[in-house]
Amino acid sequence: MRILIVGGGMGGTILANSLARRLSSELKSGKARITMLSASEKHFYQPGLLYLAIGRMTPDELYRDQASLLEPGIEFQVDPVEEFMLDNNCVKTKSGKIIEYDVMVLATGSRMFPEGVPGLAENAEFFYTETSALKMFKRLQSFEGGKVVITVGVPHKCPMAPLEITFMLHDYFKDRGLSDKVKLHYTYPINRVHSLENVAKWAAPEMDHLGITYDTFFNIKEVDGKNQILRSEEGVDIKYDLLIAIPAHKGMEVIEKGGLGANGWVPTNRTKLNMEGRSNVFVCGDTTNIPISKAGSTAHFEADTLAENIAAMVKMGTPVREYDGKVFCFIEAGKDRATYAMFNYLNPPDPKAPTKAMHWFKIAYNKLYWISARGLL
Amino acid sequence: MAEIKIVDGRGSFCPGPLMELIVVLKSSQIGDVIEVLSTDKGSANDIPEWVHKVGHEYISTTEDAGVWHIRVRKAK
Repeated sequence: MRILIVGGGMGGTILANSLARRLSSELKSGKARITMLSASEKHFYQPGLLYLAIGRMTPDELYRDQASLLEPGIEFQVDPVEEFMLDNNCVKTKSGKIIEYDVMVLATGSRMFPEGVPGLAENAEFFYTETSALKMFKRLQSFEGGKVVITVGVPHKCPMAPLEITFMLHDYFKDRGLSDKVKLHYTYPINRVHSLENVAKWAAPEMDHLGITYDTFFNIKEVDGKNQILRSEEGVDIKYDLLIAIPAHKGMEVIEKGGLGANGWVPTNRTKLNMEGRSNVFVCGDTTNIPISKAGSTAHFEADTLAENIAAMVKMGTPVREYDGKVFCFIEAGKDRATYAMFNYLNPPDPKAPTKAMHWFKIAYNKLYWISARGLL
Repeated sequence: MAEIKIVDGRGSFCPGPLMELIVVLKSSQIGDVIEVLSTDKGSANDIPEWVHKVGHEYISTTEDAGVWHIRVRKAK
């Protein structure tokens, strides 16, 4: 069976490694073959960008050579897909190669899309790319006081990021002795400060305690950079001195242009993880249109399910389990405290009070990630 | 009758049915009708409240076997 994995991010890499171990004898005998196509020779640890933006990680800590993370037997090519030909079970790559498959997994990820809101890209700081996170940190370093507005678009990658950056900024300015000069204001699209009700119940009093104000039911309409005003669809204007945005995201252009899914999100069965209408095309991570968090842990747990199922398809001709919607997210509550949220389709999370131990677990995970990407953790 | 877009937010704690609706409304045309499916009874209050606040049209809410069906029309 020829297995093609499109994308070398967290989901694609964990899946490829887990599959390679499950199918080691089949790979040796030629009964199975795993090919990964990626746009980059580097693997990028995206959750580290949050720390880069406040000067707590450096860019070199966020990268490894992708080939060094992959199990032997995986054919890795830096040659992104440019065209999907699903009816013929093949793809065309940037170099012009046609690659055929029996099973394909789409794990192409997502990207921030601030350009969708007038004025946002030009006037806000972001932390979803290395370049923007570094720019944001330099802006923070030169910021000496005023109103900092943290605003949130939908859908966005990493549902905890809005809260985390807010609490981390609070401690960042406190450490610089600017607590009296900096006012933090937070906006969120729905009628509470986080989509998860129990997380909102924890976070809102935490914000009240720290003096962080907030507007809910606030969906970004436009940014008037000249007058430094953020406007919402609901008719609220907020003046800012520094605007930090968690912008809406889109799936990758190749997915959208190829007609695989509106805005780059592929219609996906929420338990079987196959692309709707295709039994041999599966979807992993941010690329799905499943109504759950776009987060690394989602990609991780989906990859676990897919690895088990695709290996079973090779060995027994049928998948064996369903994805239950499992997500696990750390939540940084400042510079030295954290909590977490774990949930699935049936069970909401119940976050506990933040602890230093959980924060250090997260810091340790930033290093352990490279073991996780190998499919070992 | 025009086609109704379904937003299947069942079992969605995060981002949740309302956030899913906001995403779909952004890429819809004025006049499109969207039906949100939610297993969270809070959606029956949250969604009409937001729809009213932002200026879209709330059409109806029905409940069937623990699933709330909330219909709205994009108005602007």
